[in-house]
Amino acid sequence: MSILVNKDTRLVVQGMTGSVGKFHTEQMLAYGTKVVAGCTPGKGGTSLLDVPVYDTMRDVVKHTGANASVIFVPPPFAADAIFEAIDAEVPLIVCITEGIPVMDMIAVRRVLDAQDKSRLIGPNCPGVITPDQCKIGIMPGHVHKAGRIGVVSKSGTLTYEAVGQLTALGIGQSTAVGIGGDPINGTDFIDVLQLFNDDPDTDGVILIGEIGGNAEEQAAAWIKDNFKKPVAGFIAGRTAPPGKRMGHAGAIISGGKGTADAKIEALEDAGVKVAPTPSDMGTTLQSLL
Amino acid sequence: MNIHEYQAKELYRKYGIPVPNGIPCMSPEEAKSAAAQLIEETGNEVVVVKAQIHAGGRGKAGGVKVVKGVDAAAEAANEIFGKTLVTHQTGPEGKLVQRLLVEQGLAIKSELYLALVVDRESRRIAIMASTEGGMDIEEVAASTPEKIQTVSIDPAVGLQGYQVRQLAFALGLSKKEQRNFAGLLFKLAELFEKEDCSIAEINPLILTDDEQVVALDAKVNFDSNAEFRHAELWGELRDLSEEAPTETEAKEAGLSFIQLDGNIGCLVNGAGLAMSTMDTIKYYGGEPANFLDVGGGASQEAVTKAFRIILQSDAVQGIFVNIFGGIMRCDTIANGVVAATKELGLKVPLVVRLEGTKVDEGRKILNESGLAITSAATMAEGAQKIVELAKG
Repeated sequence: MSILVNKDTRLVVQGMTGSVGKFHTEQMLAYGTKVVAGCTPGKGGTSLLDVPVYDTMRDVVKHTGANASVIFVPPPFAADAIFEAIDAEVPLIVCITEGIPVMDMIAVRRVLDAQDKSRLIGPNCPGVITPDQCKIGIMPGHVHKAGRIGVVSKSGTLTYEAVGQLTALGIGQSTAVGIGGDPINGTDFIDVLQLFNDDPDTDGVILIGEIGGNAEEQAAAWIKDNFKKPVAGFIAGRTAPPGKRMGHAGAIISGGKGTADAKIEALEDAGVKVAPTPSDMGTTLQSLL
Repeated sequence: MNIHEYQAKELYRKYGIPVPNGIPCMSPEEAKSAAAQLIEETGNEVVVVKAQIHAGGRGKAGGVKVVKGVDAAAEAANEIFGKTLVTHQTGPEGKLVQRLLVEQGLAIKSELYLALVVDRESRRIAIMASTEGGMDIEEVAASTPEKIQTVSIDPAVGLQGYQVRQLAFALGLSKKEQRNFAGLLFKLAELFEKEDCSIAEINPLILTDDEQVVALDAKVNFDSNAEFRHAELWGELRDLSEEAPTETEAKEAGLSFIQLDGNIGCLVNGAGLAMSTMDTIKYYGGEPANFLDVGGGASQEAVTKAFRIILQSDAVQGIFVNIFGGIMRCDTIANGVVAATKELGLKVPLVVRLEGTKVDEGRKILNESGLAITSAATMAEGAQKIVELAKG
């Protein structure tokens, strides 16, 4: 088993006809993901990579029964694309787009919180993968291996790093989820941890956080009270100077809050084993099994 | 993105938020005539000369002077202009004062604090107000958190009257002050949303003897992600002299770059990996010279530019390229590295770790380039190698 996505997931790509959308649609198809539709306004009735393209998300759902969406739409139009997917009641919406204005995400989050049909992963994330079954997003598929460890992370490349290490150790993954590095997102650590907790085929989790905000501290508190499986962790940004935005919109230490040390302390207090360097994430998890 | 106090106040004025009469000046001479003009207009001899830099704590550092008369204003302007101010927000190197704001003096009855921020926890715009105006709000939050009142704006309905009243009563305002405060706060909330702010802070917000509520100071930060909606205005407001030139250059190429104090240059894809590459270098006893995230979709030109920026720094004694390609293709990185070194030469050790999409193509390009490259299989190995090599 797995969480969020599996071999039955039917994916629509919003923004498939753009260059980035097309490149990653090819990659997802090559991995074996069931890409059933693309959605680009004005290109309905055409097809790309043998995948039919529709004008609206309502058309997509009606004609293809898509139950997941991935968004490669540029920042000015990304919130609109998310709203359209919510309107079409797509259960899983994965937004890869980086650079969505925070004011747009405040509105998106408000709409998400007022309904219960759709879940948003991201934005500014690599996506979700259940190895050998379904890859939604931009992660390099070949580093993954099917297995029983969950990965949840704010950082794309650090997720690949963790997965690559696990695979090299012969430890497969149930599902890897990138929740993204924006200050306001759709799904946080706790949401994903809940799913992993309930998944009988996940035996342990690697959690990767970074400076900024307090999602890691909240996750630590939740783990302490609820999580039944071993967790290895890593927090990026111990050497980040305060007040500087470190690439991700959300990765900033402000007013002395959101430091890596505070997050590491909270995680360790919750019984999470924190890797000393990112190269030790795999072995740290292994030591807990 | 940061802007100056005088620019924030111009924006406030545009939205009808009361601010003191003031004139921005680019020289001490301009400041003198500005003072004369203000004194004539207001009939008040008291003026305030304020250093305009992108940092708080200016008052304590001697960057704000309250003076009486034109000559005293000229003297204050001469003293502050061209001075390097060191505050708790500038770092030890300080910031050079190249702009001044000359304002009318106001009779202050009391000082309050008011700020709008994006609150990650409530996922809304939060309004914070306090009677402890003029203080460092982080200190207030730490020592007397009960003195800060917070409400958050529901984006579906906007700021509501009861929320403004909650704050106004907590601040102990008179009836007339309440009315003025409400007017100001609704306008500030409108400004925050329409102008895509990430912070709008007024510290202090003052009450005058005639029960007016005035923004004596003004700080505004914009959400850089929203630049496409405000390109023209933000282009005018941007003060490049306040930003590190390399950071500006990198930004124009679509790169995220932050200068640090160490000697090991880093070129990485992805913010998390870039941060943890710095962490790992430090863990093995080295000091990173920069944070550099080339991002997901960087072109070969952008990578070349990134590598050029690192190569141009005199402080750099070794370079670590650490790539785990998702969107970013390893062959693009390799081509960029080769192009930049062909142009500028490579005088320092280079350690490369490549993994992910098109990794074989990337490795092949580097191998065939004839460059003296030390390859590493993992991030930890690469960091150890470059720390060793950079010692010389």
